[in-house]
Amino acid sequence: MTQGLQGPRPEERPHPEGRRNAQGERIDPVQEAKQETRQATVSALVKHEPGVLSLVSGLFSRRQFNIESLTVGPTTVDGHARITLVVEETDAGIDQIKKQLAKLKPSIAVGELGTDAVRAELVLLKVQGHEPDKVHAITQMYEGQTLDAGPRTITVQITGDQRKIDDAVDAFRQFGIIEIARTGQTALARGDTPTTPGESPAASAESTASETQNSSNTQQ
Amino acid sequence: MSERATSTYPDSTEESTDEKPTRRPVTNGAQSVVRALENAGVKHLFGVQGGAIMPVYDALYDSEMTHVTMAHEQSASHAADAYGIVSGSPGVCLATSGPGATNLVTGIADANMDSDPMIALTGQVPSDMVGSDAFQETDTTGVTAPITKANYFASDTDTVGDVVGEAFAMAASGRQGPTLVDLPKDITNAPTDREPGPGRTPSTYNPRTDPDPEEVSAAASALAGAKKPVILAGGGVIKANATEQLSEFAIEHEIPVVTTMPAVGAFPEDHPLSMEMAGMHGTGYANMAITHCDVMLAVGTRFDDRLTGGIDTFAPEAEIIHIDIDPAEVSKNIYADYPVIGDAGTALTRLYDAMANEPDADDWREQCQTWKDEYPMDYQTPEDEPLKPQFVVEAFDAVTDDDTIITTGVGQHQMWAVQYWTFKQPRTWVSSHGLGTMGYGLPAAIGARLAARDDQTIISFEGDGSFLMTLQELSVAVRDHMDITVAVLNNKYIGMVRQWQDAFFEGRHSASEYGWCPEFDKLAEAFGAKGFRVDEYDEVADTIEAALAYDGPSVIDFHIDPAANVYPMVASGAANGRFALSEDQL
Ligand SMILES: Cc1ncc(C[n+]2csc(CCOP(=O)(O)OP(=O)(O)O)c2C)c(N)n1
Repeated sequence: MTQGLQGPRPEERPHPEGRRNAQGERIDPVQEAKQETRQATVSALVKHEPGVLSLVSGLFSRRQFNIESLTVGPTTVDGHARITLVVEETDAGIDQIKKQLAKLKPSIAVGELGTDAVRAELVLLKVQGHEPDKVHAITQMYEGQTLDAGPRTITVQITGDQRKIDDAVDAFRQFGIIEIARTGQTALARGDTPTTPGESPAASAESTASETQNSSNTQQ
Repeated sequence: MSERATSTYPDSTEESTDEKPTRRPVTNGAQSVVRALENAGVKHLFGVQGGAIMPVYDALYDSEMTHVTMAHEQSASHAADAYGIVSGSPGVCLATSGPGATNLVTGIADANMDSDPMIALTGQVPSDMVGSDAFQETDTTGVTAPITKANYFASDTDTVGDVVGEAFAMAASGRQGPTLVDLPKDITNAPTDREPGPGRTPSTYNPRTDPDPEEVSAAASALAGAKKPVILAGGGVIKANATEQLSEFAIEHEIPVVTTMPAVGAFPEDHPLSMEMAGMHGTGYANMAITHCDVMLAVGTRFDDRLTGGIDTFAPEAEIIHIDIDPAEVSKNIYADYPVIGDAGTALTRLYDAMANEPDADDWREQCQTWKDEYPMDYQTPEDEPLKPQFVVEAFDAVTDDDTIITTGVGQHQMWAVQYWTFKQPRTWVSSHGLGTMGYGLPAAIGARLAARDDQTIISFEGDGSFLMTLQELSVAVRDHMDITVAVLNNKYIGMVRQWQDAFFEGRHSASEYGWCPEFDKLAEAFGAKGFRVDEYDEVADTIEAALAYDGPSVIDFHIDPAANVYPMVASGAANGRFALSEDQL
């Protein structure tokens, strides 16, 4: 007859002092490092094919990434589209988002935009039409356009960076906002810097039979 | 029957049998699908017929490939998964649309979690009915998008074969995984004479295989300076066929090797440097080694929580070198101080060359040996008590070769199999790791049987609960005369659940008693297999011998101690170094 498992009990064993934080980084065991989140703008250049957007949004919901906004549209290259994502995550989370996006098969290149990037958003605001002159004045102040003016409502369009849009929305509140539609931020890197690494707008989209004729989804 | 139940080849009757069969020209989409598989070197496929996939089956009728009709599609996907693990090349499974496709899902998800190379082909309702909730319609690409490496909806008859070729190539390359091609019936039925080209991965998929030299040299100097180095081998080592590079590296630099569960067999467990498996039910010494190391060379692992235990206490003082082909795995769960992106074999070779000296770790190696003596893997075997499952596993190991392949279900029996079998070769341990799918064992044994050499023994260790989930596949093993031995470690419980109930739910056995289990030996006989039953220690050896000698599928129903539990055990989220050796230590 043998004995069964032997050995010192858990409390009798030596244990290291060290610790890791929730991101798996080694930390000072005394002062727990709290990970702050930050806002990042991520640009993904993708093949423009059916299912891409659901693949991207599925990735975000499945992995519980906190997404602030998502915009998508074609580029100068036939068959390519750019997806711009604004996310609020820890550094490790942002890193993971970029890597997971890059793994999607339709994804050509993924980059994070620097603080100097050019960013813009468009908002449509429908406000009460009682004070058309005042509405017009505010619209001009924000270099917006009046798209529709009737006896009861006025609809204006404002474009600009997130701060300007937020300010404009605040300014229009006094008239009573009836409806609002925001597109979410879109962005490009400034100057000669490519928006996603290696991106060259001149290059034409390569296409294989399957990519043009069949929709596909990928994860690594 | 559908509109196209028979194939019409004008020249098929004239073919002479002694000549090498000439390849028939492709005449429709389904034949192009089949041709793409033939081009990829596929020999076996696993599946079940059905309306929407019938054109593909019709094309298979004339193929040299062997199709194995399974009793259930879930088993087709598990068999294909195991086939991929054992052969290293994607296993293929097929199913019809709707319920056929959804039945494949468990096996696809399983393969995805374990990065096993596999390709699934599903029938789909005709294109003009897609989206109308037609009979047996399911949004298969939608359902499987989160559990496949890539999936495809075929929409062009001329290119459908190319798509299958691409899906096959995707499954096999980089970080392997399951892919799926959904095949609408009109696409496979429509005429085309286009031969599919060679299977290629898409232009957007270029995994980095050769690591950055700077990354390698930084990692090499960290490792060379280690006092307490450990290698943590993950399943990627086997997937990348890098077990030789791993062994050379470990032996040359005398670094103790711990494996994750999917990597069992990557390093011979009887080697003095082997610490065996770490994690929830890993050995005490492996868990001590990963807890106390100062540099960890992790290769091809995704740091699953069953391995790491609580993140805060995982290798808490170690610098981590992480080699992986998938950049997204690096710093996903555990931060990597030294990331090395590339193929495991290439990276290990580069790292080997870049090491200026071997780590000065005599004391550490001695410490590792001391832990082996301090925490031996053992169990009680009083002769008058019911049979111990560990004894059964060891009895099988004692009479079989090193290249015997073990498959398992999921539960306690799986853990006893991995703990008490001494694995020495890669691709001999076939189990459901990341998904933990009960019912995996028998269909996996069928897949393994076809992928293995004829002289390799296949044994499936099953729990009574796991076996009940897919035992209908015995019909397949009997029909195709497959030499497989099923060893049911029958405790009349879904034992792993009962173990947790005892430990964490005050022994309240809610829905975990399986007192109404059939007599598996008689059931086996009903299927036409050979059945045995064992209750006593002195029946074990002879029965094993008889079952292994039987040429065909056999089932041994081992009535084991229903109270036996799996230890060591790290409670979920706890520190690996605090593994419990018995229930009172949890
Ligand atoms: C498909 C599936 N359903 C449920 C579970 C949860 N589960 C994990 S282990 C286990 C018990 C397994 O019982 P059995 O196969 O008899 O093996 P034993 O633990 O008794 O060896 C269960 C129900 C699972 N892993 N897979």
